Amino acid sequence: MKGMTIIVKKTTQIMAGMIFLYGAYVIIHGHLTPGGGFAGGVILAGAFILVTLAFGSDFLNLKREEAGSSSKENISMLMVILLSILGLFIGAKVFFLNFLPKGTVGELISAGVLPLYNIFVGIEVATSIFVIFLSLVIYKEEEPT
Amino acid sequence: MNPVIPILVIVPLASAFLTMVLGRLIRNLPKYFTSVVMLFLVIASFYALIKTGTGLSVYKVGGWEPINNIPVGIYMVLDGYSAIMLCIISTIGFLSAVYSISYINRYTGENYFYALFCLMVAGMNGVVLSGDLFNIFVFLEISVISSYALVAFGVEKNELEASFKYQVLGAIASFLILFGIGLIYWKTKTLNLADIRETFKAGYDKTYYIFVQLLILSGFGLKAAIMPFHAWLPDAHSSAPSPISAMLSGVFIKAVGIYVTIRLFFNMFVISEHVAILITSLGMLSMVLGVFLAIGQWDIKRLLAYHSISQMGYVILAAGAGMILISRGEKPEIAALAIAGGLYHLINHAAFKGLLFLNAGAIEYTLGTRNLKEMGGLSAHMPVTSATSFIASMSISGIPPFNGFFSKLIIIIACVQARFYLLAILAVIVSIVTLASFLKLQRYAFYNKTRHKEDHPIREVPRPMLFSMIILGILCFLLSLLAFPSLRESILQPAVDILMNADTYRSKIIGM
Amino acid sequence: MITYLLCFILFLTGLYGVITRRNLIKIAISLSIMEVSIFLFFALIGYVEGGKAPIVSPAEPDQLYVDPLPQAMVLTAIVIGLATTSLLMAVIIRIYKKYKTFDIREIRNLRG
Repeated sequence: MKGMTIIVKKTTQIMAGMIFLYGAYVIIHGHLTPGGGFAGGVILAGAFILVTLAFGSDFLNLKREEAGSSSKENISMLMVILLSILGLFIGAKVFFLNFLPKGTVGELISAGVLPLYNIFVGIEVATSIFVIFLSLVIYKEEEPT
Repeated sequence: MNPVIPILVIVPLASAFLTMVLGRLIRNLPKYFTSVVMLFLVIASFYALIKTGTGLSVYKVGGWEPINNIPVGIYMVLDGYSAIMLCIISTIGFLSAVYSISYINRYTGENYFYALFCLMVAGMNGVVLSGDLFNIFVFLEISVISSYALVAFGVEKNELEASFKYQVLGAIASFLILFGIGLIYWKTKTLNLADIRETFKAGYDKTYYIFVQLLILSGFGLKAAIMPFHAWLPDAHSSAPSPISAMLSGVFIKAVGIYVTIRLFFNMFVISEHVAILITSLGMLSMVLGVFLAIGQWDIKRLLAYHSISQMGYVILAAGAGMILISRGEKPEIAALAIAGGLYHLINHAAFKGLLFLNAGAIEYTLGTRNLKEMGGLSAHMPVTSATSFIASMSISGIPPFNGFFSKLIIIIACVQARFYLLAILAVIVSIVTLASFLKLQRYAFYNKTRHKEDHPIREVPRPMLFSMIILGILCFLLSLLAFPSLRESILQPAVDILMNADTYRSKIIGM
Repeated sequence: MITYLLCFILFLTGLYGVITRRNLIKIAISLSIMEVSIFLFFALIGYVEGGKAPIVSPAEPDQLYVDPLPQAMVLTAIVIGLATTSLLMAVIIRIYKKYKTFDIREIRNLRG
């Protein structure tokens, strides 16, 4: 599909990086502020979708095969399951202290495996929503029947 | 804390994503890997059945211990009833996975099929094993969304339309269930099944309670295709690929529909007589109307789908009769017999309905048609298919010595002993009409003169499909041994005990 | 009390839309209205009089918070609703390619 006018392209070049950074911020601070894996992942996918819409899929060389299930999505989902298995097998959730001392101390010193969960779930959700967008858009333009 | 319980959910979930990753590197891996994983699940669930016996194991996810004897955190519970359902799910799943090694060659995108199949099995295992109300909802949604995609797998006109109808009705059912969960949480402030029971026994508001029960019954009844909510089932089960039809009709409507209804109404709600009479009459309605709608069908899979509605009516009828007796507080041994008959019929129906759908798939694989008027004379060319189809038809009609006879006999005896004469007479009439319908199927499909076009020769189907059908045929013989008292005591009786004595369930969970 | 009734009225509006509309896209949008009404209902359940948003800060140890469990349930249900809606949309796009119409009265191949 074709891209948009040059004003949109220039604005996207500035804004996409900031949206990406904001999404990463919401993911990593998931145990301190509202948000977490899912909400941050959706914002992250929004950055990629903005770039695709503004520049057009012809320019970015996106083909039909990429509209299938990508490998990053599956590997990150496997990492989430692996982390949960490790925790459940040792008997209970492993709370290792002093790993991510972010800001507040006292009763909130660290949340153990929660930031890792948030990061992997965020990557998983971002790739999933981007793949859904690609499959609905690229399929629409390529069908001959 | 039993470590087998989370393995039964995590292994299919991990293998679904693993097949997607490895399927791009190695060519034929997903087919055989799925069968190996399902074989592992069969071994694990039979081990769980033997080890559980009459006890009950609880697994607390995350290790959160109860505070002041109030359960905090998500519980996963394995007792006799869950163990039976696990064995049914993994056995029929393994045989369907082996069957689909050669059946799914006609479709493109095979890797997606096996990944969705594993996700559906993981979701069903999660529903069966959970002791927490919202956990049931989450795993229910995982398996239901996988089944939406699997019904629409071969993207032709009929299958897409069937999947659309299924999706809209299934979404309405999910929202009704979620609404009911919200209303329960508002009054009891907890989500654990045993804890909700304790709060309800303390005192409740009658009108509110009946409203919540009706919402939950409508939501799960739509998933189980009980009579006023059955409209999606004939389209969805006839348009899906055959191993998925066997899984849907043989396992899915049991694990996410009937299992949850029986579990919630016996172990969580305090049974009142009006709701019990309502459930029994819904069962009677599905039993009778299902079989009369099935006689006039000429499409082989639609006929089998209408018969599924009728046989599920038998199970709901038996459970409802047990509920009426418990709510009146009289004759607990007859109620135990009725519930045992219902559970036995559940196990039998999984075996013979799965076999019937696999046979219909074999016929479609060879001939390419599903219309009964275009078949005929197949018994000479496909001996194994016609023999197993004969066994399954005799089982579903209730002819001795196959397994359908014993389970229907137990249900009818329980109804007569409890003086529900109308239910017993209707059960016998429906059984006779079922026999007539299946004799029609046998005659038109296998024993008539050939009517199809003679362009390609008819051979027997490939060997993985034969393997599944023969194993299910042998199971139909072996399951009739469950009627003997010694085997029945060890396998069916623990499940019935857990369901009938809800106080035992509650005290064991809260004490742990 | 009036807010709970308004949530229920929104649910019934969505249900009316699913039953009586002919266009496939309008049915999908009515399903979204139904699910949003249930999320509102869940968020209303957990309200405690005089409570604050449930984010623990170490400066004030004893504080009355609203119930965080329905909020976690709503987050999970939003994800599930997203998956359901996206699958429904994919099936609707393919139905349009095969049947060339969005009218649900024309899509009646399976009968009986």
